[in-house]
Amino acid sequence: MTIHNNHAGEEPVAPVLELSKVSKHFAGVQALGGVSLRLFAGEVHALMGQNGAGKSTLIKVLTGVYQADQGEMRLGGKRINARSPLDAQHLGISTVYQEVNLCPNLSVAENIFAGRYPRHGVGGAWGIDWARMHRESAEMLARLNLNIDVSQTLDSYSVAVQQMVSIARALSISAQVLILDEPTSSLDDEEVERLFVVLRQLRAQGMAILFVTHFLDQVYALSDRITVLRNGELVGEYPAAELGHTALIAAMVGREMLAPTAHAAGPQEGVGTQQPVVLQARGLARAGHVKPLDVTLHRGEVVGLGGLLGSGRTELARLLFGLDQSDAGELAVNGTTVTMDSPVQAIRLGLGLCPEDRKAEGIIGELSVRENIALALQARQGLWPCISRTQQAEMADYYVKTLGIKTHNIDTPIGQLSGGNQQKAVLGRWLATKPSLLILDEPTRGIDIAAKQEIMNEILVLAKEGMAVLFISSEMEEVARVSDRIVVMRDRAKVGELPGGTDDHAVYAMIAGQA
Amino acid sequence: MSAVISVAGTRRWSNWSYWLKRLQAHTLLWPVVTLLLILAVDASLNPGFWVLQWRDGHLYGSVIDILNRAAPLMLVALGMTLVIATRGIDISVGATVAISAAVAALMVGGTLVITDGVAQHVSRFPMGVAIVCALLTALACGLWNGVLVAKIGLQPIIATLILMVAGRGVAQLLTDGQIVTVYYPPYFFIGSGYLWGLPFALFIAAFVYLLMHLAVTRTALGLFIQAIGINPAAARLAGVRERLISICVYAFCGLTAGVAGLIISSNVKSADGNNAGNLLELDAILAVTLGGTLLTGGRFSLAGSLIGALIIQTLTSTIYSIGVPPEINLVVKAAVVFVVMLMQSAEFRRAVRGWVVRPSAGSPA
Repeated sequence: MTIHNNHAGEEPVAPVLELSKVSKHFAGVQALGGVSLRLFAGEVHALMGQNGAGKSTLIKVLTGVYQADQGEMRLGGKRINARSPLDAQHLGISTVYQEVNLCPNLSVAENIFAGRYPRHGVGGAWGIDWARMHRESAEMLARLNLNIDVSQTLDSYSVAVQQMVSIARALSISAQVLILDEPTSSLDDEEVERLFVVLRQLRAQGMAILFVTHFLDQVYALSDRITVLRNGELVGEYPAAELGHTALIAAMVGREMLAPTAHAAGPQEGVGTQQPVVLQARGLARAGHVKPLDVTLHRGEVVGLGGLLGSGRTELARLLFGLDQSDAGELAVNGTTVTMDSPVQAIRLGLGLCPEDRKAEGIIGELSVRENIALALQARQGLWPCISRTQQAEMADYYVKTLGIKTHNIDTPIGQLSGGNQQKAVLGRWLATKPSLLILDEPTRGIDIAAKQEIMNEILVLAKEGMAVLFISSEMEEVARVSDRIVVMRDRAKVGELPGGTDDHAVYAMIAGQA
Repeated sequence: MSAVISVAGTRRWSNWSYWLKRLQAHTLLWPVVTLLLILAVDASLNPGFWVLQWRDGHLYGSVIDILNRAAPLMLVALGMTLVIATRGIDISVGATVAISAAVAALMVGGTLVITDGVAQHVSRFPMGVAIVCALLTALACGLWNGVLVAKIGLQPIIATLILMVAGRGVAQLLTDGQIVTVYYPPYFFIGSGYLWGLPFALFIAAFVYLLMHLAVTRTALGLFIQAIGINPAAARLAGVRERLISICVYAFCGLTAGVAGLIISSNVKSADGNNAGNLLELDAILAVTLGGTLLTGGRFSLAGSLIGALIIQTLTSTIYSIGVPPEINLVVKAAVVFVVMLMQSAEFRRAVRGWVVRPSAGSPA
């Protein structure tokens, strides 16, 4: 074991947390190979890398979920060995995970103090000190600029607030190091900014913050230093100010990336609209979900659905796919008016939907990649004829190859794949049904840049072959880039349409009601 | 990757470890090991355990006896396997057994009529009609559960609890609270008859198993059931008719309980609304679990459930045959089940390995 030497000239301070030459193997596959990481007090450090680069494994080693095979970990100069998340927490390493993992049915205060309720009396014999718990919870949240009723259940608040509560909980366990694993993936811009204010404040107080995200802008908005991983190995550690956008992406993917565009030769307006109509909704609505709106999708057209979180985008997708039933208006597929009463019906009519929540509604975690890919086509065929194992394997091999799904083999349970590869497999599931309209609800959320580009490229190729695509994303820039037409939504209603190639600022302007 | 390594390694060694690994990964390994262990204990306590005799055109012996007695449990466990695979549970199967038995016994009835000096057994309704009615009733019971769970959205354990309690009442109502005796020898064939020297009930269980095996492997039913059990929302979104399949699975479970009811009532030549199939649901759930199907749904093993049923029946027979006092036999059974469950827990085995073999410093986790 070599002991990492600080460059005394550059950084006179010793790092709070230092990992040197950490390796981790799973069943002979190297997940981390000699990765080093330094975290200094009062800095925000971004950990970057594609899916499968080893970010999650590194964090799990840091937080004691996994034990490293090799290498050492030092906290405040002392060698530590976190054997469990609880252990890591006691050592002063707190983590806020991507998915809020608190108890939604308990109150905010109970969540913050879960497992260590303040009690009355000697040895806590007299019961729980609710007043103190509520008072202290409120104080903690106030420090994060959050003034809410801590006696309400957690699920009565938005995801952003829940995230704050989870940070408050992490901080209350006297953390020196705060690890945030994709904390912003389910927040809208305003909420992200609010979170950043808090993080900057914590940084000023001397906290060492490790921050994992897929949003490049956020990396530059917040971090002081960037560590890049690729294929489980350390690419380098850079000061954020010295590493440009392109250089960062190049470091992550190991090659220069080209952004895909629907309009290689500029916007081709009107091309899509001359094609036959695949789907047409007139006055389609569902009380409390979507206000009456008209949407038309043509063959080979990519229609972007712009709007902020909660603007009714997902609700519209669910209506179109028959997951929810409309209570007004009508829907025509290929010119025939239909009652879309179930996904079964939608699939029969040639629709597909990649859902927003991949884990809850997309993948069947314990089934293999092969079975996951074959599922929708088999469901459309019914119980019989059964797609044989060989046919399933052919199908899976095909999509693993064309979509670039990284998996041990096609019989690996899909749950073991990284997020981007799971998403590609779900995409493959729908492509196997040869849909005439594919609805993609946040297909690139929580996915690294390379996979994002690959998925977008694949979608554009398919659109060129005649598939209509309804593309939903919170990243307006992405929507603007790939769409032939953009339907803009606000407050559960359609506010207008914009032609493809529109600048994302125009979309925001329309959302803001300025257009 | 691992395949590459094993090919690259010494061939003899790699083959060995490859097969060992395959065997260890096989879901049926621990159920089979458990069954063999219990059988070994039996054989050591009772030297005549494996002896088979051919008498009056039938095979006789302890093993045959166990197989015969296990048939109803096997059937119920098979139906239960699919329900559990969809992440459900059916605790009303015991009551369904009682209802089916009551319907069959009432409709067969049977009296000895002497016409022209020839004694003849006459059933109340033709036996075929009685059997069909009993099975339809059981199917209806299952359907009821399925609708409560899949359409109305009740928790499976609560939904089936209704029939578990009410079903016994229905069975007792049907039989007027009496034990209905059957006097119609042809009916006895189902539960105590022999075909080609083997108990007929075994053929029924084997037939149902074969039918189910074909249904889950030759059609997409197996895939759909697993998908529903692992992630119902995703399965629905992928176009799987999740509700319809759930209803069918519960209905089928009712049907298997109905068949078990026929076998039980035929075997004891009567139907007892109060005791027929009593606590059978628990044995069935246990059999499914012993067979390696998780109660959390998803992956399931029909063969495992058969072995699970055999484990339970062998255990029960062993306890009786080695003369455990009746007042402690439930405790003994519970203790053995506890040990078996521990053996099957991968976590426990890992812990034991940790106690026995001190891990060397460099060994991977």
